[in-house]
Amino acid sequence: MSRRHLAILTATVLAAASLTACGSGDEAGGDSKTLTYWASNQGASLEADKEILQPELDKFEQQTGIKVNVEVVPWSDLLNRLLAAATTGQGPDVVNIGNTWSASLQATGALVEFDDATLAKVGGKDRFVPAALAAAGAPDKPPAAVPLYSLAYALYYNKQSFADAGITAAPTTWEELAEVGKKLTGDGRWGLAVEGANPSENAHHAFTFGQQYGGDWFDAAGKPSFDTPQNVAAVKRYIDLMAVDKVVNPSNAEYAQNQSVSDFANGKAAMLLWQAAGANLKSQGMAPEAYGVAPVPFLATPPAGGKQVNSMVAGINIAVFKHTGNLDGALEFVKFMTSDTEQVTLNKTYGSLPAVGTVAADPAFAAEEQKVLAQALATSAAPLPQVPEESTFETLVGTAIKELFADAASGRPVTEDSVREKLTRAQQQMR
Amino acid sequence: MATTTPPAGTASGQSPAAAGKPAGQLARQPPAAADKPAGRPARRPRRSLLPYLLLAPAIVLELAIHVIPMLVGAWMSLLELTQFHIRDWSSAPFVGLDNYRVVLDVNSAAGAELLRSFRVTVVYTVLSVGLSWVLGTTAAVLLQRPFRGRAVLRALFLTPYALPVYTAVITWTFLFQRDTGLVNHVLVDQLDLVDDRPFWLIGDNSFVALLIVSIWRTWPFAFLCVMAGLQNIPDELYEAAAMDGAGFWRRLRSVTLPMLRPVNLVLVLVLFLWTFNDFNTPYVLFGGSAPAEADLISLHIYRSSFQTWDFGSGSAMSVALLLFLLLVTAGYLLLTNRRRNDA
Repeated sequence: MSRRHLAILTATVLAAASLTACGSGDEAGGDSKTLTYWASNQGASLEADKEILQPELDKFEQQTGIKVNVEVVPWSDLLNRLLAAATTGQGPDVVNIGNTWSASLQATGALVEFDDATLAKVGGKDRFVPAALAAAGAPDKPPAAVPLYSLAYALYYNKQSFADAGITAAPTTWEELAEVGKKLTGDGRWGLAVEGANPSENAHHAFTFGQQYGGDWFDAAGKPSFDTPQNVAAVKRYIDLMAVDKVVNPSNAEYAQNQSVSDFANGKAAMLLWQAAGANLKSQGMAPEAYGVAPVPFLATPPAGGKQVNSMVAGINIAVFKHTGNLDGALEFVKFMTSDTEQVTLNKTYGSLPAVGTVAADPAFAAEEQKVLAQALATSAAPLPQVPEESTFETLVGTAIKELFADAASGRPVTEDSVREKLTRAQQQMR
Repeated sequence: MATTTPPAGTASGQSPAAAGKPAGQLARQPPAAADKPAGRPARRPRRSLLPYLLLAPAIVLELAIHVIPMLVGAWMSLLELTQFHIRDWSSAPFVGLDNYRVVLDVNSAAGAELLRSFRVTVVYTVLSVGLSWVLGTTAAVLLQRPFRGRAVLRALFLTPYALPVYTAVITWTFLFQRDTGLVNHVLVDQLDLVDDRPFWLIGDNSFVALLIVSIWRTWPFAFLCVMAGLQNIPDELYEAAAMDGAGFWRRLRSVTLPMLRPVNLVLVLVLFLWTFNDFNTPYVLFGGSAPAEADLISLHIYRSSFQTWDFGSGSAMSVALLLFLLLVTAGYLLLTNRRRNDA
């Protein structure tokens, strides 16, 4: 073969290769014997999660002959990856989603609807804890997912710090929290730790405070109503823990990588508002005996319209993409993951609560932490607004609060006007 | 795009510097073209598929990676593409230029935010490119003459450029933390320059922090390019200048900088485009939501499309940004070419 021919051949091969490279994408949905599953990061690390999940997936393969390829996706990437999968119709068959995204993802129409017939295939509607199922899509539509792990916010407090300061009981109102917080602040220690630069955390607290002040972030028609007097008061109350009560270390204004949990575990802060922090605290060397868990406080004198809500219905849902090539297998897998055995095993490991009512009484969930969380979920938790714009709300309002914390931390006054201005600006960016 | 055809009448024999082309480019021209043996008929180039085949992979990939996505982006900017339609784009309502009207209307909230972000980005780019260039040129000129340890210094200076962006910027986020960061430890605890521990990752200082990281990442590239450019300046020029009694500054002004002009023209343009579009540095430094003071336009567009699920307006912003950058680039090239031609 001459050199010229060789060159032509090489060029042809290269051209062909580049063409095919464009054509072949991700493996679309599984066949009848395999499933691709994107799990969210629930444990200490992605690796840890994989080790926790793999034995269960092996069990599923033994039972059904369906092999599940799991990928644990970090939270920072999960929503973008889900969006890409929804857009292209390529990617996983089964996914974990943050339950607050349910309505947003539902609006894409990419997820399998869990109407009564579909729910029946995974064990029936009545299996699931009602509050958790309510956070799986818009109220007037069939859920876009079913709950997998349930969570709620609680107040974690350091027993030793409380004893040292002569405090005998956990605060039940925000006024009390500010009071005991002041006693606990000093000598480089602070009363409360917050995750001030994390938009999602901020938005969750804005929601809870808003409920307590009688505020709604979306009106009945689903239109944003960020800057109502109730919401302004609610956000200001949260920021004032740093700005006025000074029980929060100003440094918390830049916390976005769970540094507040570390501060609590290291004794730098005596209180923490978190969802199922137990597993995380344990991995940071804080024994369960060292801290107490109490319900998140309420307002001492709630204004007219104020609700008895002290947590969002937090949790992880499991959903199936419509583009799956193996719908029956995928639903089978959802049924397996929400079965009694798996619910006990996985929720026990992650310190979360079962999403099904049948195992609520299991001794695995009898610890103080789980009891408080279960109590909140059953009586005083409300789902975040189940509207398609929910994730936009989290981003915009969460960022506005981040900026307000930054103001408070650098000593700039945080007034009702400045809070309202930020919330109005956030609302104007909604379309 | 960067090298333009020489003005009419420019003979190939003209000096490389005057034609504005690197010396190598001219030298590589086949000498045969000039002195064809007379009498023999010129060999007609045979039509061949080979060049096209050789170009095909590059063209296909260029189309697939740059051109088509760009066109799709432009098309997206004409649609109301939200979460309701991303699964089936054909169902997205065609809204014409409405997205542009919203994002470019400085009286609307979205437009005002974009304008603010644009201003921040312009100031950031000018400062970052300017300071990186000054630093890089200074270092390159100082290292021009051989001395012991020059190679080590050169390698050391290039380290920031060689490090992966993510790792490097994550390290900076640790350095900039208020309570535990090294920056405050040095400023407050060791040097006692300020009493109150300043914030670097939120508030006013976040712009400074971003600028520092950007310059730290960018200047080695300027250093590398200028260093390469300096190698091409003949020693004779310096010797002649020295004979005429030119000191260091005079030599810098009259020999070094004019001879570096072709390098600098490209370098500044490339640095401008890179810095203006920089996404990684602010994204890693601040996470998805940058403080208003350091809200660069690339991050702003990301937030306006991915985090708010509004891909139509995000695309409109991107297209507007693309047009702006094209305009600046074209203006820059026109201006620098005219000056060169006038010279």
